[in-house]
Amino acid sequence: MEVTITIDGKQIKARKGTMLLWAALDNGIYIPHLCAAREETESPPASCRLCFVEVEGYPAPVTACTLPVAEGMVVNTSSERVNRLVAAGFELIMSNHRLDCKNCPANGNCELQRIAKARKLRLKPKNLPVLHRDLPVDDSAENIVYDPSKCVLCGRCIRACRNHGQSVVGFARRGFERVVTTCGDVPLGESGCDSCGECVKACPVGAMSLKKK
Amino acid sequence: MSKGSSTAKAAYAKLQEAARQNWEKLREKPLILVGAATCGRAAGALQLMEEIRNEVQRLGLDVNLLEVGCMGHCYAEPVMVIYNEGFPPICYGYVSEGVGARIVRDFLVDGDPGIEFALAALEPNEMLPTFTDFPRGMHEKKIVMEHCGLIDPQNIEHYIATGGYASLVKALDMAPEEIINVIKSSGLRGRGGAGFPTGIKWETCYNAPGSEKFVICNADEGDPGAFMDRTILESNPHLVVEGLIIAARAVGAIKGYIYVRAEYPLAVQRIALALQQAREAGLLGQSILGTNFNIDIELFQGSGAFVCGEETALIASMEGKPGIPRHRPPFPAVSGLWSKPTVINNVKTLSYIPHIINKGADWFKSIGSEKSPGTAIFALAGKVVNTGLAEVPMGTTLRELIYEVGSGIANGKKFKAVQIGGPSGGCLPEEAMDTPIDFDSLTKAGAMMGSGGLVVLDEDDCMVEIARYFLDFTQKESCGKCTFCRLGTKHMLDILEIITKGKGRLEDIDLLVELATKIKEGSLCGLGKTAPNPVLSTIRYFREEYEAHINEGRCPSLMCKDLIAYYILPDKCERSCDACVGSCPVEAIYSNEDRIKVIDQEKCVKCDSCMVACPPQYKAVVKLSPPHLVAEREKGKE
Repeated sequence: MEVTITIDGKQIKARKGTMLLWAALDNGIYIPHLCAAREETESPPASCRLCFVEVEGYPAPVTACTLPVAEGMVVNTSSERVNRLVAAGFELIMSNHRLDCKNCPANGNCELQRIAKARKLRLKPKNLPVLHRDLPVDDSAENIVYDPSKCVLCGRCIRACRNHGQSVVGFARRGFERVVTTCGDVPLGESGCDSCGECVKACPVGAMSLKKK
Repeated sequence: MSKGSSTAKAAYAKLQEAARQNWEKLREKPLILVGAATCGRAAGALQLMEEIRNEVQRLGLDVNLLEVGCMGHCYAEPVMVIYNEGFPPICYGYVSEGVGARIVRDFLVDGDPGIEFALAALEPNEMLPTFTDFPRGMHEKKIVMEHCGLIDPQNIEHYIATGGYASLVKALDMAPEEIINVIKSSGLRGRGGAGFPTGIKWETCYNAPGSEKFVICNADEGDPGAFMDRTILESNPHLVVEGLIIAARAVGAIKGYIYVRAEYPLAVQRIALALQQAREAGLLGQSILGTNFNIDIELFQGSGAFVCGEETALIASMEGKPGIPRHRPPFPAVSGLWSKPTVINNVKTLSYIPHIINKGADWFKSIGSEKSPGTAIFALAGKVVNTGLAEVPMGTTLRELIYEVGSGIANGKKFKAVQIGGPSGGCLPEEAMDTPIDFDSLTKAGAMMGSGGLVVLDEDDCMVEIARYFLDFTQKESCGKCTFCRLGTKHMLDILEIITKGKGRLEDIDLLVELATKIKEGSLCGLGKTAPNPVLSTIRYFREEYEAHINEGRCPSLMCKDLIAYYILPDKCERSCDACVGSCPVEAIYSNEDRIKVIDQEKCVKCDSCMVACPPQYKAVVKLSPPHLVAEREKGKE
C-alpha cells in the first residue's frame, strides 16, 4: 500500500512501513546518514544519530532511519533545531576521525564530505579538540588497508563482510574504546580475510581501502 | 475458574496453617534476629551470630537464633532484635564485638534488657520508645520494607505466615484484565527511574499479539550509592517472586526471569533458594496451587555492565548478545525477549504488586501524592548521619528526608547538596530542599527520581569534582554504540578534568552546557539522555564553584588535588610531636630551625596522611587553595 507524505514541502509517495530515510533518499531528498542499511528493517542500528528530522506532531526531532512512513506525515529535514542537532553530531564524529582528505582514498567519494557539503558544515571541528586514539593502521591483508583512526563505527563493513559469508570483522569493546576489529584482535591478514573488498565498497569514509598497486 | 480457585484457596490454607504453627513455635523460646544482609555482614553480623551462638551454648540457653535481612537502619549495624517473654521486642544497634554476648547474657539470664544498647522497641510498650516515637519513624511508611529484617529470607514459611502469597491466591481468582485494572487504577509508576505507569505497560503487553510472552524482574541495580533492590532481594525475596508471578498471570506470560547482577552474590543465593522453595510449595511451576496456571521463574545473572539495566540492553544480554541498547519503539511490551512481548519491571515496582492486589487500588492511592502514589524507597548515603534505607510516602520533602529521617549532616558540617537519582540524576542545593519527592517535582528541579539512590554532600564536597565523578562513571559505562554518548560524554569528561586541574576557560562552561543539551537530545538510550544531568544541575546551582576553579585556580571545597596544597600552621605546630613526619610516605616533612614542621611542596603527594596524623588538639595541618598561598604565607613569615 502506498502512502503520501510531505518532505520539505514536496509531496512524495512511498510504500507504507518504509523507513522515512529510504523514502526520502529514493525521492532525491538527501538526509545525512552513515549507519543505516535497507536490509535491517527489524531493528535499524540508529547509532550514527545524523538522520534527525522534524516531523509534525512529534515533540522532538526523530531519526528518519527508525520512523516508518505513515499517510499524511509532514517532515522537515532541516529545521533550525534539526540543523543544530545534526551539526553537533557531525562535529562529534569529526572530532574522532583522522582528517587527511588530500591523501585519503575516499577523497571525492566520502560520505563525510557529502554531509559537510549538503549541510554547510566544517570538516574540521570548531569547538571541540580532536580525540586521538593512536590505533595502528592494519595493512596485513593481501589487498586491504584498514585505518581505525578514520573509522566512524557505522558498521557497514561488518554487514558487508557478513553478507559475503565471512564475518571477519565485528564490533569490540565498549564506550570510547569501541572499535571495528577481528576476532581476538588479530591483524586482518591472519583473520581469514579473503580480501574480497566488500568492506572497501561499503566503507563510507575511507577507513577500509584497497592497497595501491 | 471457580473450581480452580477453591482448590488454590484450600491448598494455600494448608500451607499457611503449617507456616503459622512453625512461626508461632519460634516465639515459644526467646528469639534473636541478627540483620545479616550485605550491609550487616560488612559491619560484622556473621561474627556477631557466631559470638551469640557461642555465648548461648556456654550459658546452656535454649533460644532461637535467626539470620534475617536488613530493616533499613544500616547506620547502626550490626543490628539485632530480641524477642523475650515479658518484654517488648527490642532492636539493638551498633552491636560491636562483645556487646552482643553481653546483651544476651544480661537479658536472657538476668532479665536486664540492656536499654543503653537499644535503638528502640518494635511494639508500643511502657518501657522503651518505639521507632515511631522518633522523627524517622514518624515519616516512614513501610509497605515494601514492612517485613524486611523481621523474617528469615531463607524460609518461605515466614513469608507465608505473615500473609505472603495470599495475593497470589487472590490473583488466581481474578481475570487478567481485572488484575491489570487494579494496577492501572492504583496509579503505580515504575520505580526503576522513569516512572512509567505499570498498569499501562502490563496492558500493552497483554494486548500485544502472540501466545509466548515473558515477564522479567530488573534487578540490575548499578547506580553508585544505590542499594535498595539488593536489600529487598536479600531481606524478602519472596515478595518479589510473588509480584512477578502475579505480573505473569496478568499479562499471560509463559516464563519469568529475575535478572540480577552477579555482583550481588548474597541476593543471587537468596533468590535461587526462594525460587526453589516456592516450587516445592507448589507456588511456582506447573499447576500452581492445584490450578491450571503454570509459570516458572529462572534466575539470570548479569555480567556487570551498567547499561544492561536499560531494558533493551538487558534483553540483548539475555539473548546472548552484547549488552547494547536498541532503538525504541518497538517497546519490549510489544517486542522484547526473543522478539516476544515482554514486561520488565524493577524490583521495587514488583514488590508493591502483592500489597496492591491485597489491599486494593484505593488504599495505594491514599498514600503519597496524586500523580505519584505510594511510597518512595531511598538509599540514604554520603554525609548524612543515619545512612540506610528509608521508605517514605511520596511527597515527603527532601528536607524532611535528610534532616528528620536521616538526622541531618554528619560531623556538624554544613549541607551543600543532595545528589538524587545516581548518574542520571542531579545535585540539588539548599534552596531546593523543600521540593516534594515525586517523579515530576524532582525532574522539574533538575534531578530525577531515578531508582532511589540519594547521596548527601557537605561543604567538603566539590561540585565540579562530583560532576566529574559521575560523568567518569557514565563515560566508562557507555556502550559506545551511538555518537552522542560515546564521543559527547568523552569530551565533557575531558573538559571537566581540565577544570578540576585549574586549567579551564570560562567558555568551557558554555561548551559543557551546549554539549550536555545536545547529548540529551541526540542520544539513543536513557543512559546518554540522562548522563549530562549531574553536570547540568551543578552548573545550574553551583556555577560559582566552576568559576572559582577557572578564574582563581581555587577549589572552594579544598577537594581537587591539583588546586590545593598542604600547609602546617607555624603557630599551631607543637614542634616536639613529629606525628606528621612519621606519617608522611614520601619524607616531605622536615623540621626547621625552630623545630616547626614544614612541608616540602615539591615532594608532597597530597595524600592527606599528615592532616589525619596531626593530633586534634593542635590541628596544625591545613589545606590551602589555590596552592600558591603556601608560598605567600611562607614568605610573609620571613
